Amino acid sequence: MSTRARGAAKTAAIGGVVRVSFDGRPLEASPGQSVGAALTSQGITAWRATRKGERPRGLFCGIGVCFDCLLTVDGSANQRACLVEVREGMEIEGSCREDPSEETGGRA
Amino acid sequence: MNQGSDVLVIGAGVIGAATAYFAARQGLSVTVIDKGLPASGTSSACEGNILVSDKELGPELELTRYSLGVWHQDLGEHKKLWEFESKGGIIVASRESSLASLNRVMAVQTGYGVAVEELDQDALREAEPHISREALGGASYSEDCQVQPMLVAAHLVRLATEAGARFLADTPVTGFLRSGSSSSGSSRSGSSSSGSAANGGRVTGVKTPRGDFFADAVVNCTGTWAGELAALAGVSVPVLPRRGFVMVTEPLPPMVHHKVYAAEYIDNVGSSDAGLQGSPVVEGTPSGTILIGSTRERVGFDRTVSTDALSLLARNSTALFPFLKHVKAIRHYHGFRPYCPDHLPVIGHDERAPGLWHAAGHEGAGIGLSAGTGKLLAQALLGQTPDLDLSPFAPARFGELPASEPAHHSTSPQSAEHREEATA
Amino acid sequence: MTPPIVSADIAVVGAGPAGLAAAVAAAESGATVVLVDAGAQPGGQFWRHRPETVVPVPDGQGHHGWKSYLDLRARFDAARHQGLITYLPGLQVWMAQQNQPAQGDDAGFTLRTTPTVAEAASDRSAAGARTVVARRLVLCTGGYDRQLPVPGWDLPGVMAAGGIQAFIKANGILPGKRFVIAGTGPFLLPVAANIAEAGGKVLAVLESSSPTTWLPHLRAAAGVPEKALEGAEYAAVFARHRIPYRTRSIVTEVLGSGSLGADHASGVRTAKVDADGSVRPGTERVYEDVDVVGFGWGFTPQMELPLSFGVETRLDTDGSLVGVVDERQQSSVPGLYLAGEVTGVGGATLAVLEGLAAGTAAAGGSALPQKTAASEKTTARHRRFAEAMHRAHPVPPAWQDWLTPETTVCRCEEVTAGEITEARESLGARDARSLKSFTRAGMGWCQGRVCGFASACLGAGPGASPTAESLSSAAKRPLAAPVGIGELAALDADYEDPTNSLLKGDRA
Repeated sequence: MSTRARGAAKTAAIGGVVRVSFDGRPLEASPGQSVGAALTSQGITAWRATRKGERPRGLFCGIGVCFDCLLTVDGSANQRACLVEVREGMEIEGSCREDPSEETGGRA
Repeated sequence: MNQGSDVLVIGAGVIGAATAYFAARQGLSVTVIDKGLPASGTSSACEGNILVSDKELGPELELTRYSLGVWHQDLGEHKKLWEFESKGGIIVASRESSLASLNRVMAVQTGYGVAVEELDQDALREAEPHISREALGGASYSEDCQVQPMLVAAHLVRLATEAGARFLADTPVTGFLRSGSSSSGSSRSGSSSSGSAANGGRVTGVKTPRGDFFADAVVNCTGTWAGELAALAGVSVPVLPRRGFVMVTEPLPPMVHHKVYAAEYIDNVGSSDAGLQGSPVVEGTPSGTILIGSTRERVGFDRTVSTDALSLLARNSTALFPFLKHVKAIRHYHGFRPYCPDHLPVIGHDERAPGLWHAAGHEGAGIGLSAGTGKLLAQALLGQTPDLDLSPFAPARFGELPASEPAHHSTSPQSAEHREEATA
Repeated sequence: MTPPIVSADIAVVGAGPAGLAAAVAAAESGATVVLVDAGAQPGGQFWRHRPETVVPVPDGQGHHGWKSYLDLRARFDAARHQGLITYLPGLQVWMAQQNQPAQGDDAGFTLRTTPTVAEAASDRSAAGARTVVARRLVLCTGGYDRQLPVPGWDLPGVMAAGGIQAFIKANGILPGKRFVIAGTGPFLLPVAANIAEAGGKVLAVLESSSPTTWLPHLRAAAGVPEKALEGAEYAAVFARHRIPYRTRSIVTEVLGSGSLGADHASGVRTAKVDADGSVRPGTERVYEDVDVVGFGWGFTPQMELPLSFGVETRLDTDGSLVGVVDERQQSSVPGLYLAGEVTGVGGATLAVLEGLAAGTAAAGGSALPQKTAASEKTTARHRRFAEAMHRAHPVPPAWQDWLTPETTVCRCEEVTAGEITEARESLGARDARSLKSFTRAGMGWCQGRVCGFASACLGAGPGASPTAESLSSAAKRPLAAPVGIGELAALDADYEDPTNSLLKGDRA
């Protein structure tokens, strides 16, 4: 049960390519890649700004410890880019979450 | 180590820090000792409230209003040091019956000069756009404020030392020094006065692993441990711990603008249930986290983490602010609020042990009441008539120490164990 | 809505070398086992590999001890097929508790979990979460790169050394083109080797200590021949790819200007240091056109779950806070076993040995395998080797001098070194706990995982190393992972008792 999301790449990959979007732009990733790897390999190395200094942030620890690489995946805010595997059709959004009350559904 | 002071403050939480600050600013020589660091007890495990809205009418409300003035005037220049926020409080009613109760309370409070304004459903939503659709209305208390309590304690200690006070960390009290007779005058010499008969004469200082400290006045500001310390001097100050859990969310953009809590408690003010209780208290902080309080349990110093308590906080807070369902908690902490059976603090000289003073037992209101308590106590220590009558808070109101009371040492070895986790 | 309960004789947390070994050993001793792991597939950080959905048979390239993994994995899969191991991947434990003893009996443990990765937005009620109940608990939560802040380390392009390696292992690609790896410890070598073998350019590996510090410890190293072999392999890789290995060298600043702009690492400023880490004047050097900088200063064991039980701890040779265990890996809490880095950072081979011992002991009690004496000897050899490595690669005492007041220490809450110094000097903050209170260092999303060690050092003051108490206050995390408030609200619905909402509010 709990592995079903991670197994999705198996069926979604078309010709070895997973199509996702980042802030509305289409992006191609490889099956099995993490969102962080997919972005970084496209030259996108920062996708979040810090609250105080608005400093850019991307991958740091790479293993789910530092929470620096947070982004929004299919409407779920504050997911760790280093841990989420790309899925066909995934909508990825950078920056901090705006308003959690508007996040309650409809999107997926 | 044998030098004496006019005032020896035991405990560097907010109460002790404020007492030391005002006493030092009044020109008294002050020594502050703590078994650990400043703000290691309840001061670091609470929400930093300065509230008018939830006070019982009578001495507590009067002390609150006095203290509020001290925060704004005497301490106004330091507001930025401790993130003072005049955010205002809102009590929300979600049932007709509690709305009616709230309206009655508001009418009485207005009569006592509390600044309270009724909020209809629209006004409530304007003030708190993310409040539950179930909310029927509320009351707005513009005087309610919030501070970062650890910064209050730490900076007041620092400011007190700049005014001449001395601070020593890691200095637990192991016993009291008593003079030979209760009519003893000066205690400065310290030569023949280190007898420690439990009910000896005048309290002239304390014993610690770092040596003896002498003072004309010894002030017990040890919060939850005040009863144990008083027992060392042979007097009863029945301060008990009441456990409270607070949950902290991930940092968010501003979503909750006031301190928001539910009116339903008014229906049941007199509860003396020892079991797990909770009502939603939700507020944002300058750092973006939202604090979700709080439970109350009388379980002694039990540090067992309770998923029941966390779950109760989650259910109550999401009922008030449904968006919280989609927010993550990243931390929780709990503290032990010091309370007395009559829910009033103990402030003033203890005539049962001359030379010993107390300022403790402020329950969940200690941060807000600290400024006023410190200023009033400094006035009393100087021999002045305090701005506010302290007799309702007199320590002797609890009578003599029962013979069976265990006068075991209180403040030393378990200090690390009793430490609280830091708050938001 | 309360997560379904999964019960077993033994619960194991972590599916890295120690956890896999513990689960396998326990199952082979006849116990039923639940293995909870944050990762999506077995292997942990050390044996992290491409998703098996994409690469069903990983070749183990770039891995050490891969045969050991394949062996454990085969036994793990066999035990799963026998129904002895229930494998729960993708779940993080947010709270672990000792059950209340009902009849004076040892009542066991309960683990509360939450999905590591959110399900789709329409279904985010922690559908995959489980509550695990077991008589014995084996915590194999591993560790992560220890970090020391340095000016510019918060720029994108700066990564944990282990993060670079994880990126390569999990994705089969590189996070950049031109790398500088810096810090201390033998782990920098495989990271650089992995980069080079994957086609990246390693401009330099900067090691703050010196090879001569190895000499007194050679005897311990010689006792572990496979480590000598590993060393030889790395030497060959370094020679083949012409990777400069510069000892007594550090990065003093990550530069953030140049071709990639001010918002990305573009180079590093380096310097030679004395044995204590003091920068030698006039040794400055700049590496340009660097797009990834990797830092690693040893490892920090992931201690929040052991600490939540109040286990006895100690300071290890490398300055880390670790759990105290007996020869059977049992902690000071009866029924709670620890294995792997949480008992002392020592690498995968040692972690496997400890995991096997813990799993066997947790499952059986007295019936230890016959090869115990031999494996105890091996364990002791590996511990000696680890200790020698720790002594040869200390955190340089003078590292605090590398900071400027503006250097970010806490990345989450953006707390600077200057703010921390101010809190120490004027407010008396002297440990990680008081620094948290006064500066918010360690209060953000990661809850001090990244800055905890550095904060504890800064609280202790220049040149000082942190106490166990300070490290413990940095590593205590009452929630071991973020958990949805909606998930919490759904727990234990028996508290729906309406009177609860009527009671007096806490005026905290």
